[in-house]
Amino acid sequence: MAPTQPAPAPAPSLVDTLFQRSLGDLVKFLRADPSAAGESTAVARALSEIHREIRAPDAATKATALKKLTYLSSLHFAPVASHPLAFPAIELIASPFLPHKRLAYLAASLSLHPASLSLLPLATHQLHKDLSPSTSAAASHNVSSLALQLLASPAAAAAPDLAAHLAHDLVPHLSRGSPRAIAAAARVIAASPSAAVPILFKPLAACLALPDPRASTAAAAAFCELSAPPADAAPFLPLAPDLYNLLTTSRSNWALIKVLKVFGRLAPLESRLAARIVDPVCQLLARSAAMSLTFECIRTVLTALPAHDTAVCLAIGKAKEFLTAEDDPNLRYLGLLALGMLGPTYVSTVHEFRDVIAQSLGDADSNIRREALHLMMRMIDRNNIMGIAGMLVSHAVKSDPEFANDILGAVLAACGHNVYELVSDFDWYVSLLTDMARSLHCAQGDEIGRQLVDVGLRVQDARPELVHSSRTLLIDPALLANHLLCPVLSAAAWVSGEYVNFTKDPVELVEALLQPRTSLLPMSVRAVYIQAVFKVITFCCNSYVERLSDSSKEVAVGLNGLSIDETVSEGRKAPLLSSDEQITVPIGPLFECNEVEVLERARNLIGFVHLIREVQELKESKVYDDEKHSWVKELVKNMQTVFSQEIGPVSSNAQEKVSLPDYIVLNETLAELDDIVSEDDTTPSSSILFYPRSHGSIENRNEPALSLGSSSLLSEHRKRHGLYYLPTGKTEDEPVDYPHANDPLLPASNESSLDDKSNTAQPITCGKKLKALKSRPKVVKLDGEDFLSSMVPSANVPKEDSLSGAVRGVLLDRDLKPSSSQKASDRAYEGIVNKMETGGSSSQWKNNVDAELVGHPTSSSRPSIQPSHEKESTNPLESDGKEVKEPKRHRRSSRGGHHQGKHKHRERHSTQPDVPQAPIIQDFLL
Amino acid sequence: MIQAVMVMSTQGKPRLLKFYSFQPPEKHQDLVRGVFQLLSARPDSVSNFVQADAIFGPGVKLVYKHLATLYFVFVFDSSENELAMLDLVQVFVETLDKCFKNVCELDVVFNFNKLHTILDEMILGGQVIETSSEQIMRSVEEIARLEKQSNTTSLIPKSISERFSR
Repeated sequence: MAPTQPAPAPAPSLVDTLFQRSLGDLVKFLRADPSAAGESTAVARALSEIHREIRAPDAATKATALKKLTYLSSLHFAPVASHPLAFPAIELIASPFLPHKRLAYLAASLSLHPASLSLLPLATHQLHKDLSPSTSAAASHNVSSLALQLLASPAAAAAPDLAAHLAHDLVPHLSRGSPRAIAAAARVIAASPSAAVPILFKPLAACLALPDPRASTAAAAAFCELSAPPADAAPFLPLAPDLYNLLTTSRSNWALIKVLKVFGRLAPLESRLAARIVDPVCQLLARSAAMSLTFECIRTVLTALPAHDTAVCLAIGKAKEFLTAEDDPNLRYLGLLALGMLGPTYVSTVHEFRDVIAQSLGDADSNIRREALHLMMRMIDRNNIMGIAGMLVSHAVKSDPEFANDILGAVLAACGHNVYELVSDFDWYVSLLTDMARSLHCAQGDEIGRQLVDVGLRVQDARPELVHSSRTLLIDPALLANHLLCPVLSAAAWVSGEYVNFTKDPVELVEALLQPRTSLLPMSVRAVYIQAVFKVITFCCNSYVERLSDSSKEVAVGLNGLSIDETVSEGRKAPLLSSDEQITVPIGPLFECNEVEVLERARNLIGFVHLIREVQELKESKVYDDEKHSWVKELVKNMQTVFSQEIGPVSSNAQEKVSLPDYIVLNETLAELDDIVSEDDTTPSSSILFYPRSHGSIENRNEPALSLGSSSLLSEHRKRHGLYYLPTGKTEDEPVDYPHANDPLLPASNESSLDDKSNTAQPITCGKKLKALKSRPKVVKLDGEDFLSSMVPSANVPKEDSLSGAVRGVLLDRDLKPSSSQKASDRAYEGIVNKMETGGSSSQWKNNVDAELVGHPTSSSRPSIQPSHEKESTNPLESDGKEVKEPKRHRRSSRGGHHQGKHKHRERHSTQPDVPQAPIIQDFLL
Repeated sequence: MIQAVMVMSTQGKPRLLKFYSFQPPEKHQDLVRGVFQLLSARPDSVSNFVQADAIFGPGVKLVYKHLATLYFVFVFDSSENELAMLDLVQVFVETLDKCFKNVCELDVVFNFNKLHTILDEMILGGQVIETSSEQIMRSVEEIARLEKQSNTTSLIPKSISERFSR
């Protein structure tokens, strides 16, 4: 045998052959140095040796080399690419010498390398010879079983032609009922069904009826394999009589298991079949001593025969035996698996095992724990969710970190499922969320934080408890160091700020939000904290000012739920003053912060604190300058108005629901924009509009005529291409016809209004504030980019960022110049508030929010949505021209269907009779 | 079907690997490592089944036995019964024990081919073909006898004659 492969290695010498190392030598050599480096050098050396030896003309040398190579490639993952196993293997398959032949077959079946696989068809002829019967019975049997082995190997499955060519050779083996041939036939059919099924399927099916139990068992296994998903089981229905026969007569547990598995797949396809097999399966279930068979019967009954109550009861009884097997964790695990197979109609049965399952949560075996958790989650319904979730959360504390988080994740998913449909007591749920956040290994901060905010947005009734729970989270300095809890703390801070009117002690809250250890928080969270402080201060100020206005009388305690000890307005001085210092001291260092979000908010806050000081001085002077007084009062009120507007959840696809207006060509060039913008810069705009929260308000009636010259050009352009406008533009004549879940356009519009008029009240600005304002434009521009990216629908409900845009804008206004424009805008806010108060019914409110979130419709499109609370005629927008109005109406009508859809949705919500006690979940645009 | 049979030491070194479904050779090492990580994290006296979806794909489980310094692992899919597989591991171990007279890790290390022979008598193409350890023993002995016969009759003369005929 001459080496047929050209190779660079030197030809093997006689010395190589005589002193060739055997596989045993190689193994010893490899074990001599067990370190990874030692092993890899040893493998490399052995490989180079083998590379030489395998081309030896001598079959024995070649065989030994092949043996070693097979070993190395199988167990040491030697890179076989450079040492193709296939060719010498195929050479040796033809050897008449049995050990070599065995070796070669083993090598060929183990080698899954593409190079080997591509050579495998070369062995077709030899396989054909080995499969055909010869004279010497014993040797022939041995040889053919080797060939079958190769044929059934994954190597052959990867070379389907081979299987197709040899299918005919399998038939005589099948008719003799050889289990090997049956198993190999199943593999061949699976590998190349089109070629093999016509030849092999019938002989294989005939094997089911063979009297030899080994043959029928192997055939049942073969059909079990072939009918396994993802394959379609339906073509195997005609085999049912043979399989049924096997089911009733076979003594072999292996065969019965396989038959049951096939029936488990066939029974759902044919109800008569299910009725037929129930009895034999129950008999097996009742009398079988083998646990494997019992379990298979249970599985078949529970998954395929759920309609047969007696069978299910019997199976549940057996599963109970499994569950209570104290000494065998395998059976307990399988018992839990069996319970998990029970259909939804038998959930009550699962409840019977609640104690066992709960106990299994503490099992040492992670499989059992996981199955138990899975079952627990399946048991949860509206009535028991408090018990189960509470129990699970308290269990999480005792568990190892990984499982604890599995539990928390499962509870969060179950409770949050379909907008908290299972939760009816949100006070309980909020405190559960807090408990979860506080549990030792909690790594689910993101989800807990999200749900805290989400519950706040959606469930009004939960807000007092939410604020209360948030307080306990915020006040605990120990939590600040745990970076996993940052999202939770961020959510708690946001909730406390947003729903500050439920806070019992605002001063304490401010202290908690500004405690020294907040410096441990990441900047994004600090930004939320500062914003929350700002909201709290605004709220307090508002309460104070309201009392101030009634200063002659005693003011009742607990205005708007605020309960600060001082009853007389003068007494309020102390807490306000102290909070002034409390705030400036911790915030001061943040002025050096290079995180713009934090820097900006810190400056806003300080700016507002200066305003408070103003109020203070006002009070101290005891001089009731009516004008100033009313101005301050109004200012603070407006600040409060900004924050008091409700924020609702926004669907992630709200943006998509707005149809594109016909007149907008998204691909139009922006080149002309430059001219317009620069032109606009030179022309002081006389228009003012509070966009978008104030749309539809009456305040602008006092403004001078709008849309003069270029600004009208611009406004038109804006109308058409609002999407492209960055808020750096000086004027914002017209609201963009797109919904902004976040509306960071405000700063731009406000700034423009500030620039435009500064005729009345004087700006109260200190150097710091001016500085802050100097840095604004850049921030705002960033903001504008933010806005563009926020047009992409996002899955998040509006979080603090959506607020910050609006707040920042209004705040800027106040900080810079409290001007006459403010009065106008203030009234705008009042308008909104009035609207919300007068139209305070929940559906009205929904309409508002719908309208605002979906399209920010201008006033022209507003009345039909909200007819009673609008004064639209004076709105300057109207004067802009009719050609704008038309498309808008058109657009709105195209949205009609969408609105209807929402109404339906609401109806569904409101007519849910089964949870009357649940607070209404405001589920807009979802 | 049975997707794979693995025998590995408690150090994570593979001692026997046989894949019945196609797995690219470059993935073998990762599979072994993944299985070993799963098993070594499990304490003693817990159940013998592990969900192996993450390693082998959906619905695949493995059953293992930890004996002395070896893990015996059978990887199987939904067409096999868990407890039957556990029995099969037992059959395999018993057969090894009979063939090697108190099998130890070294036997497994030094008898690569014999291990494959035993396994091939038990499982073919992922299907169980024999579950009686006596029957497997007999077949293995028969093969050894045939090989020996073949050895005495042909090996030495042929190899020498080949060598000297050149």
